Amino acid sequence: MGIGLLGIESLDRAEIEAYLTRAKAFQSHGGSDFKKLDTLRGKMLVNLFFENSTRTRTSFEIAAKRLGADTISIASSGSSVSKGESLVDTLNTLAAMRPHAIVMRHAASGAPHFLARHLDTPIINAGDGMHEHPTQALLDALTILDHKPALEGLRVAIIGDIIHSRVARSNVHLLSKFGVNVVLCGPAPMLPVHLAKLAEGVTLTHDIREAIDGADVIMMLRVQLERQHETPFPPGDYFRFYGLRPEHLKLTRPDTIVMHPGPINRGREISSEVADSQHSVILNQVENGVAVRMAVLEKVMGA
Amino acid sequence: MSRLCIKNGRVMDPASGHDAVADIVVENGRIVAIGPNLDAAGAEIFDATGAIVAPGFIDMHVHLREPGFEHSETIETGGRAAAAGGFTSVCCMPNTSPVNDSAVVTTYIIERARRFSPVNVFPIGAITKGSNGEELAAIGAMKQAGIVAISDDGRPVMNARVMRRAMESAKAFNIPVINHCEDLHLSAGGDMHEGFESTRLGLRGIPACSEDVMVARDILLAEVTGARYHVAHISARHSVEMVRFAKMKGLSVTTEVCPHHFTLADSDIQPFDSNYKMKPPLRSCFDVEAVTEGLANGAIEVIATDHAPHPGSEKMQEFERCPFGITGLETAIGLSLEQLVHTGRVSLMRMIEMFTVNPDRVLTLGKGRLTVGGEADITIFDTDRTWTFDLNKSQSKSRNSPFHGREFRGGQRAAIVAGKIVWSAS
Repeated sequence: MGIGLLGIESLDRAEIEAYLTRAKAFQSHGGSDFKKLDTLRGKMLVNLFFENSTRTRTSFEIAAKRLGADTISIASSGSSVSKGESLVDTLNTLAAMRPHAIVMRHAASGAPHFLARHLDTPIINAGDGMHEHPTQALLDALTILDHKPALEGLRVAIIGDIIHSRVARSNVHLLSKFGVNVVLCGPAPMLPVHLAKLAEGVTLTHDIREAIDGADVIMMLRVQLERQHETPFPPGDYFRFYGLRPEHLKLTRPDTIVMHPGPINRGREISSEVADSQHSVILNQVENGVAVRMAVLEKVMGA
Repeated sequence: MSRLCIKNGRVMDPASGHDAVADIVVENGRIVAIGPNLDAAGAEIFDATGAIVAPGFIDMHVHLREPGFEHSETIETGGRAAAAGGFTSVCCMPNTSPVNDSAVVTTYIIERARRFSPVNVFPIGAITKGSNGEELAAIGAMKQAGIVAISDDGRPVMNARVMRRAMESAKAFNIPVINHCEDLHLSAGGDMHEGFESTRLGLRGIPACSEDVMVARDILLAEVTGARYHVAHISARHSVEMVRFAKMKGLSVTTEVCPHHFTLADSDIQPFDSNYKMKPPLRSCFDVEAVTEGLANGAIEVIATDHAPHPGSEKMQEFERCPFGITGLETAIGLSLEQLVHTGRVSLMRMIEMFTVNPDRVLTLGKGRLTVGGEADITIFDTDRTWTFDLNKSQSKSRNSPFHGREFRGGQRAAIVAGKIVWSAS
């Protein structure tokens, strides 16, 4: 089995810190005058996206190119997956072309973990179903550290459709390892009680005001309609009870930051005023995505 | 005249309470004598010294996949796997293609079994046509053709009125109704037990209450109709409590548990390995304890495997795409000894009872006892020999088991059907 990056849960604090330190070094490469590095020259990365993605796929591609690697991106609709090929066969076919790593996004939880057991090529998880999205959690941590001196002791509220969110799970695992108090908030059907045991320092609430009270960081999540088999909460009531609006920001501190993994749905989970406010660091997150993915690719493919 | 003498084993027969070292002499498929130091002149000798000699084990819940899914299993390969697991009789569920909802299909299965299966095969007929849960199947005609129970296993009867009518009909034809208890609205989309583990892994949950609410409904209907009602593969602790309550009320309610449900909890799942995916799912450690306790206190009286073969091509997929079910025939005795007898939770005699006379009491097959003059279906097993389960040597056509490489203390030695040794450990 190749050493890739499947999730945050199994990483220890030192491994996470190593990624963040490298990513910080790569942040300065974001300017328009940067020079392409040759760290990964002659290496090939396959980007395999079975689910739609704009920012994750693009930023993996940019990260690979900045490190000098060759990249190939495949979307499931344009591949033999749509001809009925099984996932294992698709991956075996790609692996036979000897890429140095495969970045993979899939709608099924555990799909990359299942493949990693049968493949030698390192796999980087770019989001598996409702399970993990490790590079998102790393870029979120990097973004928080751009605005706060340390993670320890912070209070982070994650609000929205938690049950369906891989971003929430990866963030909970990461933040908890650094002693962050994480408050998860959402409508009851999207907030199963078992989440409280996911990691140390996690609490649950159904009240958005309680969640943001004293929060250093507010992370808003999109309602993942594509993963819901039912309507667990009346859509008309969602913004009223769980949408982040300007009046909420009055309850927070001036230095509270508002994050969102994107894509944002203005008027559903976040109001336009908040998304565009001084508190919002949403575009900063996108920018950090490239730096974090450079750090991950360097670690996985660089050896 | 064929003659077989099983020498010097510890003969244990729960129905009569017999428990002593003895020989058993079999002639022309029937037991002619049970006792110490019998004359074995001219007989083939099976040396059972140090082993347990018991009535032939019955697995009242298997999927043989024939007709229709012969790439997964056939009556022949499933029958061989049963024999290799120490079983002499199996009851096969009707979710074949076509569904066993008519006397024609029942007769086909019985004929195929007579020709190809080394063990006795008793078909279970569908409750409803096509197991669609709407219109009752030809229960009477199937009974005449040889079914021993009705069940829409895998496709629970969601309509309570249909279930009531099925129970009334089954009572009239004197066969039990077996239900796979799962409220499909509560379990919709689920891949594993709903709890901490499913939340952690980001998999959709099958809540225990999806089993409980249907067990509750069915027990109430069993009281209304007076039918003999059997809960298939019980897994949830409240369901066990309710079955115990129904028994206390004197209702004809029985239940079975699968070895994997008293062996593994959801926390034992190898993440995203589909060999741990079945219905009902592996539940919490509290449920594992509850079904084990249910076996010990009598709430649960039968051990059945729910042997559900699936080919590798179907199991080698994303977890949520894989079909439900694992094979179980060849690991049932080993797991029962490991989890129940060696731990002291259940006596050896009681374990044998749950594989023999108890399933016979549910189904009235006329099996599960060692009696002079009776048919010589005999299971021989030992309780201390160490062996390792090698999936690659399984007699089943499929390889979907989480127990590959597991080391057992004690297991099957031989299966004898109508006086013939159909399988023995090499």
